[in-house]
Amino acid sequence: MIKAILIFNNHGKPRLIRFYQYFAEDMQQQIIRETFHLVSKRDDNVCNFLEGGSLIGGSDYKLIYRHYATLYFVFCVDSSESELGILDLIQVFVETLDKCFENVCELDLIFHMDKVHYILQEVVMGGMVLETNMNEIVAQVELQNRMEKSESTVWVFFPFFCLFVCLLQGGLSAAPARAVSAVKNMNLPEIPRNINIGDINIKVPSLSPF
Amino acid sequence: MTPSVRLQEMIRIIRSARTQGEERGVIQRECAAIRAQFRQADNGGRSHNLAKLLYVHMLGYPAHFGQMECVRLIASPRYSDKRVGYLGAMMLLDEKQDASLLITNSIKNDLSHSSQYVQSLALCTLACMGSSEMCRDLAPEIERLLKSSNSYIKKKAALCAVHIVRKVPELGEMFTPSVRALLSEKNHGVLHGAVVLITELCERNPETLDAFRKAVPELVQIMKGLVTSGYSPEHNVAGISDPFLQVRILRLLRILGRNSDTASDAMNDLLAQVATNTDSSKTAGSAVLYETVLTIMDIKSESGLRVLAVNILGRFLLNNDRNIRYISMTSLQKIVQTDHNAVQRHRGTIVDCLKDPDASVKRRALELSLALVSAANIRSMMKELLTFLSSCPPELRAHAASGIFNAAERYAPSQRWHIDTILHVLTTAGGDVRDETVPNLIQLITTASDLHSYTVHKLYRALVTDISQQSLVQVACWCIGEYGDLLLKGDCEETEPAEVTEDDVLDALETVLQSHMSSPSTRAFALTATMKLSTRIRDNIDRIRSIVSIYGSCIDLELQQRAVEYNALFKKYDHMRAAVLERMPVIDKSSPGHTNGEIPGGTVKEPEQLKPKPPVTGLTQQPASQVCDLLDLLGGTDKPSEPSLAPPTTAATSTNSTVGGDLLDLLGGLEPTPVPTVTVYEKNGVMVKLQCDKHTDTAVTITLIASNSTENDVTNFTLQAAVPKSIQLQMKAPSGDVIPAQGMGHVTQTVLLHNPSKATLKMRVRVCYSSQGTMCQDTVQVDSFPSPVEN
Repeated sequence: MIKAILIFNNHGKPRLIRFYQYFAEDMQQQIIRETFHLVSKRDDNVCNFLEGGSLIGGSDYKLIYRHYATLYFVFCVDSSESELGILDLIQVFVETLDKCFENVCELDLIFHMDKVHYILQEVVMGGMVLETNMNEIVAQVELQNRMEKSESTVWVFFPFFCLFVCLLQGGLSAAPARAVSAVKNMNLPEIPRNINIGDINIKVPSLSPF
Repeated sequence: MTPSVRLQEMIRIIRSARTQGEERGVIQRECAAIRAQFRQADNGGRSHNLAKLLYVHMLGYPAHFGQMECVRLIASPRYSDKRVGYLGAMMLLDEKQDASLLITNSIKNDLSHSSQYVQSLALCTLACMGSSEMCRDLAPEIERLLKSSNSYIKKKAALCAVHIVRKVPELGEMFTPSVRALLSEKNHGVLHGAVVLITELCERNPETLDAFRKAVPELVQIMKGLVTSGYSPEHNVAGISDPFLQVRILRLLRILGRNSDTASDAMNDLLAQVATNTDSSKTAGSAVLYETVLTIMDIKSESGLRVLAVNILGRFLLNNDRNIRYISMTSLQKIVQTDHNAVQRHRGTIVDCLKDPDASVKRRALELSLALVSAANIRSMMKELLTFLSSCPPELRAHAASGIFNAAERYAPSQRWHIDTILHVLTTAGGDVRDETVPNLIQLITTASDLHSYTVHKLYRALVTDISQQSLVQVACWCIGEYGDLLLKGDCEETEPAEVTEDDVLDALETVLQSHMSSPSTRAFALTATMKLSTRIRDNIDRIRSIVSIYGSCIDLELQQRAVEYNALFKKYDHMRAAVLERMPVIDKSSPGHTNGEIPGGTVKEPEQLKPKPPVTGLTQQPASQVCDLLDLLGGTDKPSEPSLAPPTTAATSTNSTVGGDLLDLLGGLEPTPVPTVTVYEKNGVMVKLQCDKHTDTAVTITLIASNSTENDVTNFTLQAAVPKSIQLQMKAPSGDVIPAQGMGHVTQTVLLHNPSKATLKMRVRVCYSSQGTMCQDTVQVDSFPSPVEN
């Protein structure tokens, strides 16, 4: 069973914390600090396994961590989980984040904390590994986001604005790709498919009032 | 505006705060705004506010006022509201809060929602924080969902069922029939969940375990499919097809195959196939291989397979990747009990890992090395372990030291080696050893009587070099005090002879006494040692007297008391000093003298000889002080009981000797009157009679009278008595130990029997004396007590 999943940066600031066992809030912060102390002391070429600190359960639990650039991904597990398997799971999780956020970086995690939680919910549930197939996870997350977006009644005019800006700035040849990527970044549920750049005739499926 | 913008706005503001105080201010303002908006029940912004609150919660600020908001959001019909509400419930609520009960109904409704994503939210929340009541209520729903046709829901329901089984184990039976059907699924997520659920059920209930043994062929089939299938892009991780599922199935096979021959036979082929075919160059392959090895070692597999497994582990021990080395040592630790010889072959590599710079690897190597120590390799292993101890990280020192002690005690090839090893540990890691090391070592030293001279020389040298390690200093002081004469004699075959003068020795002890590094108990050891030396050296007795008298005004109470008593020993009782300070007899670890009432048949009280007991580090009242009390009470009689420098003493024995003073007066009044007596013992002209003086319901006072009808005096006459456990015995001091000849006099001794449980009185009496030059000793049983004297 996975007891906790912690993501914090090189200075110990938490970016995502998920406990699968109840701890009081101040205890949670203490555990984060203690784990950060233990993990930050490690060199880069030592193994990725540590005994758990005393607050989180001592030697019955292991801390399995991976260090990516500025972030530490730490999973606290007990003996029923395969250590190398969890190491691979961290990799799968990070790759999933990468796919969902397009070259994920720390800022993505900071500003989209709730989305990261939703992605994590598809990977680990109740302290147990749920799904390890990256494509499946990404597909489900996309569908859920779409459902949420379809409920929101406010339609944004930003994408169109950016589209025009791209057309004006980028030139005709670069416009389609940049337009598509700009629109993609806006997290719209649907990418307008029939953009005809030649005669600037943009047909979009539906227009709602602002 | 897209839903998250307001959250991002707030995050931006918080991040732009430059100091902790500024951040706190910003967050307090935001929280106040959020609280106000919660109260307004504004429909549009509720989910954003809760999202903001969760962010604030992650940073460590209190967020409990959001709990009711979670409940409200979960009840809302909108998906975006539910999403954030359930997330808030998982982060902020737990079964101890009352608000968690309120969401039970919402979860129940959502479990039957038309949208699978809403269902999944409910399942996820139940699996994370469902209390036992909630689990009981909702278990039938989960069971129904296990049979649904949607594989997305099925896999989540399976893991939710695992949580339910953990919370309420009795509900496991509900899920057993439906989960078996899940094994024929194609979807790997569902398979994975099903295997986890089966594992949990089997671990909890042995009957379920038996039932699921029939599923072994099915599991073997699934595994074979995974292992032999070609490249499947969906589940592929570094060339292995779904290693996560493989590992899970292997674990389940391990549980099913344990203690079962049929099940183990069914898996043998598969395990051999997996072990040989899996490519272990990447982590994924190694994970599967390790799981396979552990399974092989745990079930009843054929010996060829076991050898294969250990070889795989040995190969991984030499791998360059530290992770794999760590894991292989963890696996070896699990099998070292059962397949000791196989693991011994890799001892060299394991011992090398003790020098690895990685602290985790070192820890594993230490535990494994301690498990591999045996009588055959003790010397070489100990050398390695001692080298390790001198350079190991501080968090491992205590563990290493105690492990070394245990190993040394079990497999020491010779006493000298044992003593050397312990001394080595004390010099390197003296601060990390346990408290009982000092008495254990002292006891060991006393038993090795031919090594006393060697030991004391070594300890003296260690003491002179360094007095900071308290355990070492304590042992050294004790030895110098006890065997100082051997030290001064200077000749010892086993070490180089060194000229040690009396002044040197006293200097060393004084340094310990005066050093600020010495703890109070160490000082006490040193003072006693100095005192003991007064009988073992010839010239510097005055120096010892002066040291002892200085400490008579020491602030430390223990030291002062000792010093005063030793002073008294010099002044008033100089004639007793030699007897008091003589060499202690060998301390026997299990001597009955210090276990009170453990021997069947009762305790043997010996008022004349206080048996030496092993020294206790918590130093309590010294028997020397007992002597002084006794003497004060008696006002200087000529027959005190013979004390030794053994530390005390149970309350019973101390009262035994301190009351000695009283009874001399008692005995004065007791005349041998013609009262009914029982003859207890009669042999060789010596007769012992028992007379009952006082008899109440719970206490009996009896007097034992010994007389002698031979022509010669009987000398060294002692009586010892034993009673059953429920009765307490108190023997007063006898009137003497010489029975005059021809019935001219008697020796009497009063015995108090305290019988609170009104058991039948029984007593066993041992009589020892020497008559006409021969020592005699006899034991008699007294079953009938005479009626008391009517006074």
